Amino acid sequence: MKRFIGFIKKEFYHIFRDKRSLFILFGMPIAQIMLFGFAITNEINNVDIAVLDHSKGATTTEIINKISASKYFSISQFINKESDIETIFKKGKVKAVLNFEKGFSKNLIKDHKATIQIITDATDPNTANTVSNYVNAILQQYQKELNKDIAITYQIVPQTRMVYNPELKSVYMFVPGVMTIILMLVSAMMTSISITREKELGTMEILLVSPIKPIQVIVGKVFPYIFLSIINATVIVLLSIFIFKMPVQGSLILLGFESVLFIITALALGILISTISATQQTAMMISLMGLMLPVILLSGFIFPISSMPLPLQIISNIIPAKWFIIIIKGIMLKGVGLQYLWKETLILIGMTIFYIGLSVKKYKIRLE
Amino acid sequence: MDNNTVIQVEGLTKMYGDFAAVDAITFDVKKGEIFGFLGANGAGKTTAMKMLIGISKPTAGKAQVAGFDVYKQAENIKKSIGYMSQKFALYDDLTVKENITFFGGIYGLSRKRIKEKIAILLEELGLEDVSDQLVGALPLGWKQKLSFSVSLIHDPKIVFLDEPTGGVDPITRRQFWEMIYKAAHQGTTVFVTTHYMDEAEYCDRVSIMVNGKIEALDTPKKLKAQFQVDNMNDVFLKLARG
Repeated sequence: MKRFIGFIKKEFYHIFRDKRSLFILFGMPIAQIMLFGFAITNEINNVDIAVLDHSKGATTTEIINKISASKYFSISQFINKESDIETIFKKGKVKAVLNFEKGFSKNLIKDHKATIQIITDATDPNTANTVSNYVNAILQQYQKELNKDIAITYQIVPQTRMVYNPELKSVYMFVPGVMTIILMLVSAMMTSISITREKELGTMEILLVSPIKPIQVIVGKVFPYIFLSIINATVIVLLSIFIFKMPVQGSLILLGFESVLFIITALALGILISTISATQQTAMMISLMGLMLPVILLSGFIFPISSMPLPLQIISNIIPAKWFIIIIKGIMLKGVGLQYLWKETLILIGMTIFYIGLSVKKYKIRLE
Repeated sequence: MDNNTVIQVEGLTKMYGDFAAVDAITFDVKKGEIFGFLGANGAGKTTAMKMLIGISKPTAGKAQVAGFDVYKQAENIKKSIGYMSQKFALYDDLTVKENITFFGGIYGLSRKRIKEKIAILLEELGLEDVSDQLVGALPLGWKQKLSFSVSLIHDPKIVFLDEPTGGVDPITRRQFWEMIYKAAHQGTTVFVTTHYMDEAEYCDRVSIMVNGKIEALDTPKKLKAQFQVDNMNDVFLKLARG
């Protein structure tokens, strides 16, 4: 035990004396969460839109007022003819044009149905999509208000319904993803680098010749990163709660437990990587290519898994991050408990055991 | 195995597939001896040494180190030996003191004993002034000497040195060998591999490995007489060229 404590102390010296490690450990999580939270966002604010109102009735004025009152849009100009649409899009400032059909107000009252055309500048498809969703949401709101007073139903727009994140706050989507990336990065990449570093420097050989047991070496190397990853996870959750006002609907204890489980999965992967790579560079490349890219691309963090081609959907199942993201989204956004998440949890546990088993086998082969 | 034999090897073999990296070598090393283990690159020196220090399992043959069997008692062997590899192997980002403390710790020395050892080592090496400096900032020669002292920190019966003087200047090499003599004089057996044939002259006995086999084993003086040459370099060349 005394040996073990000495070993862990040494690991902390390594970490705290290496500025790069420190930056990756503590600078990166905060920088990433801030970047994703503030800068890289799907939200829109004060997007310029133009209005082409053929109807000029009371209803259209009301709708236009509603839209310009929202913080998402500002009505930058009114145009009079269809041919102007292309001209203003070409200037690039206006992202959408609302085209009310002729006699909109009249049609709505007479036929209970009126048409509005939302034309968006899809050179930036994300913004276009969001803009049209938001306009739809405002129209729907307006329609609801109309129907409250009058018995007949008026129909303006197709139905869109958003649950769990009604404001479409993108930070709610990013927090689980960023947390997953950070834990993966810190746990898997940092441990694999720190273990291969000992191999590269030749100190691993010295340790293997000493009476300290290989398992103590590995646990000793991994332990500080468990500790630091838990701190990181806590910082991320606190940032998202207090800065981004993200709700945590479910149990914080369960969230903590699942996070520790995922940290251990990532550490096991890190150990596995270190057994197959001889140098720190190799370990880093394998971690980045083999772990980070799949986490970003295939975990459902940025691109929805359901819209991937089938082979990629199948591959996404072997990525631990996918399951962890489902788990934290479930806990934070939907507030569900273990009774809904036991399958994902079991999958993570199974993966962890598999990686550890494989590493032990590889480690033995290396020692012959 | 009489009381004076600390390493006894009989027919020790390591196969990689059909290739015998170490081919049935037999020798023994006496207590307090400086035993030179020579051979060209790839002759099997390091493989043989790895079997003796318990990090590689032999394919066949018998070997006892410090009275323990390499197959069954590797853990006991590890406690009785020191090891210094050809790669410099202290931690650059730890200070001199922290390195000594760490290695003392993994060999299970008590805190008090570690403190004593630090004082003794720093004085012997003349490193008192730099004891709180990072090892990475020291010149290579100092690092090598410190590394050797650290490999002796638990007063092992035998110390294994794998090309310990690679890349250091002749003066430091000389000082290093003085340290080896001192350790041997205090009763530590020294098992050393080297490329430098002048260093072979400093050994009590020398074995020369060629293609996995020990082709010659005797005192430097007798080997020179046997091959009718003036220095160990020529002995080596005669053997290596077959």
